Amino acid sequence: MALDLAPLGLSFEIAAIATAVSAALGITVAAILANGRFAGRDLLDVLFTAPIVMPPTVLGYYMLVALGRRSVIGRAFEHVVGSPIVFTFTGAVCAAVVSAMPLVVRSARTALEETDPRLVLAARTLGATPLRAFFTVQLPLASRGIVAALTLAFARSLGDFGVTLMVAGDIPGETQTASLAIYDAIQAHRDDDATALVLVLTATVIGLLYFVAKLTKRRVA
Amino acid sequence: MSGDDRDATLHVRVGVRHPAGRGDAARAFELDVDFSVPAGATVLFGPSGAGKSTTLACIAGITRPDRGRIALGGEVWFDAESRKASPIHARRVAYVFQSLALFPHMSVLDNVAYGMERGLERSAKHTRARELLARMHVAHVVGRGIDTLSGGEAQRVALARAFAMRPRALLLDEPFSALDSDLKYELLYDLKKELDERPLPTLLVTHDAEEARALGERVLFMRAGKIERTDRASQAEFSSRVLPPS
Repeated sequence: MALDLAPLGLSFEIAAIATAVSAALGITVAAILANGRFAGRDLLDVLFTAPIVMPPTVLGYYMLVALGRRSVIGRAFEHVVGSPIVFTFTGAVCAAVVSAMPLVVRSARTALEETDPRLVLAARTLGATPLRAFFTVQLPLASRGIVAALTLAFARSLGDFGVTLMVAGDIPGETQTASLAIYDAIQAHRDDDATALVLVLTATVIGLLYFVAKLTKRRVA
Repeated sequence: MSGDDRDATLHVRVGVRHPAGRGDAARAFELDVDFSVPAGATVLFGPSGAGKSTTLACIAGITRPDRGRIALGGEVWFDAESRKASPIHARRVAYVFQSLALFPHMSVLDNVAYGMERGLERSAKHTRARELLARMHVAHVVGRGIDTLSGGEAQRVALARAFAMRPRALLLDEPFSALDSDLKYELLYDLKKELDERPLPTLLVTHDAEEARALGERVLFMRAGKIERTDRASQAEFSSRVLPPS
């Protein structure tokens, strides 16, 4: 039987959307953490970076509670869109966002904090509002680190297994990503299929990490 | 610059408890100053660690004083009593940092144009930026990257950027300290000429007596967070050419 490439395509599609969502949310949170001075900042930091070390089943459980069909968010979403979040493509994207966003928050925050604060202050004294100073000075100066963060986030969401399985299930053609397809292939003794998918994912992730290494090395140089 | 701005004097009366400085805690002191800066150059002279940069940071809105009042003419920028504090960007105070803080990811022209009015077309901004660079004798650096500028060129670009925003006050935080003497005096001469043509309250922080004499009309001697005395620059007596840290 020919190798089914659908899970691979689905993985890339989910990872791309999840990276875009993580970029918008993650960079916003990173900017607040890097520049804001308010009570509860450390707690917010812990909250947004905890998923890096949290067991996937725990994360999946929380997501089922928060986004399930009986939850407020789940019901509101189903009311508007017409389909539930969990056990759908949307659920798989949400799972990938939860895996990827902590990496964006952490790395983007570091990149933003590494920019010279005097340059941001200079922009402010030249009449820039905090928002304009952020978009025209701090963000462009941190862009290399942020691109690296988004690349890592893409690689991470490409390979998510546990959270995706709990929140989106393993539905071929809808939520069965490459990682889940590898598991299924092993279970069904389709070793060639598993090997092919493993090699593609390995090559992709190593390629992405190599790109990140090059990018961050140039930043230091 | 509007007519009202031209006549404005900067009034500064601020107190800051233990200003954040580069020194250790033992050198911490209370900043407590009260002075006015009329149009023209006033020098804030004193050893490093005297509180000069903190004073500038208070005026620009970067540091929030614990007490006091800062006003330009009748416009209050900070008033501890009424808890008023205008944000940095609303004060329109040009601040030339010791590090110059030119934006490394922008061209020279975009650096100079950064503080200009938002409504202006980019081409109009660049035309004015070119004029300002020519006035500062660095027309030749247009099109060059910030990292290729020499120390003197970078200083002149930073000054052009400061003037480009049509500031209501100018704060200079030891921007010439890294230059050798000849370059420094050429630059001070050009800056003085510029300030003579468009008078605005200007405060130059330095611990170099020659620099103070070359640019300043008045000198405020500062030590350990206090203004010790005020003199006319031409008559001021400096204890040494360059002050050691206090």
